[in-house]
Amino acid sequence: MHQTIVINKIPRMNIILRLTKMATCHKWNLILAYLCMLGATTSFLITPKFIGKAVDKISSSYNEGIIPTSLIIETIIAIVLLMSIRGFLSFWQTSLGENLSHKIAYSLRNMFFNKVQTISFDFHDRWHTGELISRAISDIENVRMSINMGLMRAPYFLAMFIIVSILLINLHWLLGIISIAFMPIISLNSINVRLKMRRLLHKIQKTTAELSTISQENFSGAKVVRSFASSKYEQSKFDSKNQEIFYQTVDAEKLRAKNATFMRFAFTVSIGIVLLIGGRLVINEELTWGELTQFIIYMQILSMPVSMAAWLVNAYARAVSSGERLFEILDSKSKLKETSNTLKINKSNGHILFKDVSFGYDENNLVLKNLNLEIKTGEKIAIIGPPGSGKTTIANLIPRFYDVTGGKILLDNIDIKQINLNSLRRNIGLIQQDIFLFATTIKENISYGKEDATMEEVIQAAKTAQIHNYIQTLDKGYDTILGERGTDLSGGQRQRLGIARAVILNPSILIMDDTTSSVDTETETLINQSLESIMKNRTTLIISNRISTVQKANKIFVLEQGEIIEEGLHQELLEKNGIYKNIYNLQLKPTETQSKNTIK
Amino acid sequence: MKYRPQGTSVDNQIEEIFGKAYDHKVISRLVPFLKPQKKLLFMAISAMLIFVITQSSFPYIIKIGIDNHILTKDIEGLTWVFVAFISIAFINWGSGYLQETFASRMSQGVLQNLRSKLFSHLQKLPMSFYDKTEVGRLMSRMHGDVGQLQEVGALIVATSGELLSLIGIIIFLMIMSFKLAIITLIVVPALFILLIVWQKLAKKLYIENRISHSVTINNLAETINGSKIIQILTRQKTNMQLFDTKNSHLLKTSKSATYVSSGVLPGVDFLTSIAISLVIFFGSQMIGHSLDIGVLIAFVMYVQRFFDPLRQITMSYTQFQRAMASGNRIFEIMDIKPEINESIRSKELKSIEGNIAFNNLTFSYTHNNPVLKNINLEVKSGETLAIVGHTGSGKTTLISLLSRLYNIPLESGSIEIDGINIQNVTRDSLLNQMSIVLQEPFLFSGTIMDNIKYRLTESSREEVINASKTVNAHNFISDLELGYDTRILERGSNLSTGQRQLISFARAILSNPKILILDEATANIDSTTEDLIQNALKNLVHKRTAIIIAHRLSTIRDADKIAVMDQGSLIEVGNHIELIKSNGLYKKLYDFNYDSIELANK
Repeated sequence: MHQTIVINKIPRMNIILRLTKMATCHKWNLILAYLCMLGATTSFLITPKFIGKAVDKISSSYNEGIIPTSLIIETIIAIVLLMSIRGFLSFWQTSLGENLSHKIAYSLRNMFFNKVQTISFDFHDRWHTGELISRAISDIENVRMSINMGLMRAPYFLAMFIIVSILLINLHWLLGIISIAFMPIISLNSINVRLKMRRLLHKIQKTTAELSTISQENFSGAKVVRSFASSKYEQSKFDSKNQEIFYQTVDAEKLRAKNATFMRFAFTVSIGIVLLIGGRLVINEELTWGELTQFIIYMQILSMPVSMAAWLVNAYARAVSSGERLFEILDSKSKLKETSNTLKINKSNGHILFKDVSFGYDENNLVLKNLNLEIKTGEKIAIIGPPGSGKTTIANLIPRFYDVTGGKILLDNIDIKQINLNSLRRNIGLIQQDIFLFATTIKENISYGKEDATMEEVIQAAKTAQIHNYIQTLDKGYDTILGERGTDLSGGQRQRLGIARAVILNPSILIMDDTTSSVDTETETLINQSLESIMKNRTTLIISNRISTVQKANKIFVLEQGEIIEEGLHQELLEKNGIYKNIYNLQLKPTETQSKNTIK
Repeated sequence: MKYRPQGTSVDNQIEEIFGKAYDHKVISRLVPFLKPQKKLLFMAISAMLIFVITQSSFPYIIKIGIDNHILTKDIEGLTWVFVAFISIAFINWGSGYLQETFASRMSQGVLQNLRSKLFSHLQKLPMSFYDKTEVGRLMSRMHGDVGQLQEVGALIVATSGELLSLIGIIIFLMIMSFKLAIITLIVVPALFILLIVWQKLAKKLYIENRISHSVTINNLAETINGSKIIQILTRQKTNMQLFDTKNSHLLKTSKSATYVSSGVLPGVDFLTSIAISLVIFFGSQMIGHSLDIGVLIAFVMYVQRFFDPLRQITMSYTQFQRAMASGNRIFEIMDIKPEINESIRSKELKSIEGNIAFNNLTFSYTHNNPVLKNINLEVKSGETLAIVGHTGSGKTTLISLLSRLYNIPLESGSIEIDGINIQNVTRDSLLNQMSIVLQEPFLFSGTIMDNIKYRLTESSREEVINASKTVNAHNFISDLELGYDTRILERGSNLSTGQRQLISFARAILSNPKILILDEATANIDSTTEDLIQNALKNLVHKRTAIIIAHRLSTIRDADKIAVMDQGSLIEVGNHIELIKSNGLYKKLYDFNYDSIELANK
């Protein structure tokens, strides 16, 4: 299932508040950073005053003909000192700010990691792994950058702007106001641009994803593309999407340029106005040279926060949208509830009872309806049925990956809801159709569920799963690393590793979900041969839709549309002439006529 | 499922950081992409020059205003200076905007071109390339690396602007007062050296940070992919500890990297203060005779602006390194030799009857292991050939060669259709007359209708429905809410395997091919669809030459001819009854597979 739609939109303010709250957990870091920022800004903004003083001294001395060298040297020393202090404090301000954001990213990553590996299956059914990975990487990074921007840089620029405005107005109220008049104009423009920009960026994101899909399908389906000689068709698909991206990106960049250049223009004009009006004031001796100098220098200083304003707007927007996506994951709740007093089971007897069990992945469609099923200790049970009949669901319910909607499941006569989840699962070995292996050694993969396993246990499990011989043929044997650069395994070999991984736990219950249906005949044979030793002393549940797999079971249940239609031994079921017989006919019928003809 | 071991992406990171910031190879390869954008490039550069000149001139104009008019108390003159200032501000605005727009169109144009060429080059690469290359890698090239170049396009424009500004500043300073300019500019090389030294120190820490980042992300990605199995094996606690170790290390290296990058700030501020001090001290000495107040003020304004371009350039350094590394990776792929599918002598294959002959066919993917050994086989027009054998017997290779997924070297025998060697005809004309259904039905995003039509976009709805009916797909499609307009999700996840197979059957016969190649799916198909497929097969092979890698007994039994292969050689050929009688490999395979059924029947 595919879901990228945000169902519950978390209010925007809320996200900013939450992120701020996370930052305040590192109280001292934040306070120190702000103190440094205050110090750095102060020394930075006092400096022009000294420069202005020097200019005044120089201009007055110009008239008198004496150069006030000692005063100038004093000024120079003050300037160097102040700016060095500023540099030092800037270093701390920036470092502390960035490090704060790194600490938050660290926490977010841990939270994300924990959520992903503990949340119940229904979450993983809804979310594509690609989407989750993208959020873990990009959204956390975006949030991190935005925290730095929002908590540190934004106040810095704001403070700078306010202080400079005050200083300027203090110097000369009229000129001061004129010099900062451009700010509201720019802000209004920016807000207007922001909305347009967001829409454009959203479009670009969408088109890029579409181009991405075209590429991916083309690469993954290289065989098909070649078999159909359709490269020209594919190229035209690609090119037209590519063209769209061009136009959309250029539009977005045009908009950004418009905004940025306008800001710069407004700012430049203000400087020009300061020159004109300030100049008049100097001529009329209402303003000193030094004061005019200060005005000019302060305005140049202002140019930085002004141009950063656009960045900030972006950062805010990104924080909100990434934060939304992040919290959507972090706030997800497990549908599975574990109560506080649960029982721990060490080694169960492997007796399973389904009592009037009903279940549906969503409320409307029940996959299982009032199911009653008993698997006695040590029995080998098979469940057969068409896809959608509910077989895999049964396999999912026993380890409590989902909770039943009606009825209950009992293990050794205890409701599994009352059993500690981990201890329940440690008693069950589940082998799925698609085996996921980790990028580590074969030994680690086999002992994944039992970290303290000895080498002997690993080898024993591998032997049981009939994969030991193959491992011996590898250069590094059990230390071979699996994956891209490591050894590639065939489907059958992965299956057998999956079996080894499950049996090493020596679970009292073994569930094999469609294990042999899509492997090559060689593997199927090997697995069938070792089934006896795999199933030894365990309650086993085999799920399949192949008669050839299920026919040796102690009992076979035929499942259809969530209900048990027939049950019994292979021969009994054939004699019943019902659904089982039908499946049998479809799968094996032609051979029956043949086998009658072959005389051994 | 994708595995992400620590090897792959980490190596990438290292190579991109050790790479040069200016890599001649990459730049020279990119230049041809600029050629079609010549006009835009010229206009962008012109606009940039105007922008830089106007931008650098502002403090100078202020100096003129101050020295020539404020000092002389000439308000009218000052007003004119103001007017000039504003006019230049307008030109600055216009040229700045134009520069950015031209530059953006140009770089986006280059990127569009690059993407397109990369894609088309990839289409020409042989199947063997795709066999050993991970899709993820290709995606990373196409979108990650090209994206990286996009960032750099903007950066080059910004950086060259800054560089030119710096030159502009230096020129204006010298115009105003050569002596003072020289004194002040002492600081520039000092800053340069500072930045270079710092860069070297920073490199090591940056690399550590990137590696740590990769490792942590890989771990996270793997956990997301394997989340279900982790819960099944209850390994959450251990995994959390392992991850925390990596995550903490990432935090540590990030902090170090931060200290290093902000470490340059005190030095820069110090040097700036020195420069300002020099201006004030020496300026004060020179006032009255060599310069006036306006020069002083203008100098201070310029000094404030010195360091920004230099800082921008050094920040861009790592960006450039990354971009060069990306460029390298992209051109690596462009350099892979495309497959030569036809020579000038290749003819178009005219309409065929469908007689296929494999003549002394020997083939190997790599030099050592022959996968096919001297295959001699004939299939007459309209016949159905079933190929059976264990995995690794060469079945798939045989049909891959027939569909020219790989080329057959001259000395390795040949495949002929109606007596014509398939290597001597154009691939397109050959494939237009064949249809291939693979084991894993591959559907694209789009509607069911799109998928059946695929590249035959001009087919009518009627033709599609007819094809669909022939293969028993029409019913289940019509039962869907949106019918043929149903969108297919993620490689077809909203349909069952059987349904996907049926759709690919429909796609295969829409073109009414003379030859049909089918690699039967072994995967799970429910019994009802199984029934439909078996019936559909009969229609599929009707009046066509069909070659089927068969798994279903019914398919094998009904075939006109069965070819039994083992380890690359053709062992037996005949129909079902003949082969059972001859008691050879076929009989062994047959018994072996249906052994358990025999037992059950006893």
